[in-house]
Amino acid sequence: MSPEMIRLIANSTGETLYMVAVSALIATLFGLPLGVFLATSAKGELFAAPWINRVLGVIVNATRSTPFIILVVAIIPFTRLIAGTSIGTNAAIVPLTIAATPFIARLIESAIREVDQGLIEAARAFGASPLQIVLKVLIPEALPGIVLGLTLAIVSLLGFSAMVGAVGGGGLGDLGIRYGYQRFMPEMMLAVVVVLIVLVQAVQSIGDRLARHLNKRIRHA
Amino acid sequence: MNAPLGYIGDTPAQRLVPAQPIVRLEKVSKTFPGRDGQPVTALREIDLAVPQGSILGVIGRSGAGKSTLIRLVNGLEKPSSGKVIVDGADIAALPEAALRHARRSIGMIFQHFNLLSSRTAAQNIALPLEVAGFDKAEIRTRVEELLALVGLTDKRNRYPSELSGGQKQRVGIARALATKPKVLLSDEATSALDPETTRSILDLLARINDELGLTILLITHEMAVIRNIAREVAVIEGGRIVEQGDVFEVFTRPQHEVTRSFLADESGRALPPYVASRLQTEATPDSQAVVRIGFRGPHATDPVLARLARDLNIETNILSGSVDEIAGRPFGTLVVGVPEASLSTTLDFLKKHGLDTEVLGHVA
Repeated sequence: MSPEMIRLIANSTGETLYMVAVSALIATLFGLPLGVFLATSAKGELFAAPWINRVLGVIVNATRSTPFIILVVAIIPFTRLIAGTSIGTNAAIVPLTIAATPFIARLIESAIREVDQGLIEAARAFGASPLQIVLKVLIPEALPGIVLGLTLAIVSLLGFSAMVGAVGGGGLGDLGIRYGYQRFMPEMMLAVVVVLIVLVQAVQSIGDRLARHLNKRIRHA
Repeated sequence: MNAPLGYIGDTPAQRLVPAQPIVRLEKVSKTFPGRDGQPVTALREIDLAVPQGSILGVIGRSGAGKSTLIRLVNGLEKPSSGKVIVDGADIAALPEAALRHARRSIGMIFQHFNLLSSRTAAQNIALPLEVAGFDKAEIRTRVEELLALVGLTDKRNRYPSELSGGQKQRVGIARALATKPKVLLSDEATSALDPETTRSILDLLARINDELGLTILLITHEMAVIRNIAREVAVIEGGRIVEQGDVFEVFTRPQHEVTRSFLADESGRALPPYVASRLQTEATPDSQAVVRIGFRGPHATDPVLARLARDLNIETNILSGSVDEIAGRPFGTLVVGVPEASLSTTLDFLKKHGLDTEVLGHVA
């Protein structure tokens, strides 16, 4: 493999990491409160607002059912508005964030729902407000599940980020399409796939380890 | 275990003031919307008063409404009608913020402990104090006092998963006491524990009641819990309180079928199977009468059967028996077979000696 190729792979890997990191961060910023709200706003729950809950649920499902590649194209005007362009790494962050937010919200919702209802009851019994229950009980107790959910989301984002390469988004997918496919360089395609595999493995094992460390329900030897 | 306890702020002199009810339920009913649209009535017209400083136990089978009853006291459930007065405030009428404040003076412990798995013992105990806005130094001192009170000072940095059931419940008790409540609600707090651990948790609750003057309202389905620590009992069945009063009185002279059934669960009180299976309602020429004799308080240790044999020359046949303690007073039950011919003489003799008798039937 030529030094030129190695430089290209390194650059693209950097772009991919940048896109994934920024979109994961923003999507978590929006997805966390959304997920908490979805988990606590059904009938009879802490922030009971069944009607809003249902509407948000429909929006989340609609976004999640739209194929990512179509979402990328469909929101181009919006992407231009936010990023000033529809091409390149920064532009790719917009659809990635929009696709990841409802996904993360659902993952966080299910992690929060796993928390024993008895803890909410105990917290209410000692005088905690709904916000205190979320911040001091639900999120800390759901944290191992949240970390696993975010790990899953980041792995999915790595896959999505390769897809934005198809529409000029930069990163490893872009490299694979332009060099590996359009210029018939199978060794480049192979390199891209190997780098992605290594990234996914790394993210997953870091996530697993962190979640295990946070989970105090299991006795550690 | 025996840490100084004088921090709840009442002196022994204050505790001697005649007991005012600190918790009062007045004509409380609770109806839930049912699954099929039919409303389900959990509680009907409940009247209950828990005197300050007492331990009142509510006993009932599952589904009798006791969980709903205890949740009304700290406003986790709202009554459909009636009043719930705790320390002078109508809990059901309080707005949310005031209710949260009121809950700080009503501690609660649970069957499944409900501790945060992500927090250590000390951090769990600190949680109500953090929520109430105490500063860090105050929290640290208070948590140490509470750990000492429940005997878990050496376990302060353990997570719940590293503690036994009894230790978890001690953390639960310490957490419930953190904000210095006036009332402690116990929701089946020992039902998930083995008998020995149950005993030690009940001893701790009794000590807290005694030394801190804390009023305890507990619900249970276990007779042993009532017998060991309650001073007053209410028996609940089908959403109604069917019997209520001093524990010794209620359980030595049960009036209601449900109360009797709880007693029957106790060892030595049920008829042995070989008698029960042969029991008939009518006397026959060669049968003997089966009589249950209840020995209460001072009579519990009287050698009454020996006297019966000596004074009246009536020989009885002991079928089963036990001597127990209810609310700290001895209580014995003896089931004997008496010759039919001497039955009325025997009953008169026993009544004269202040014993309760009940003819259960006849066996051939």
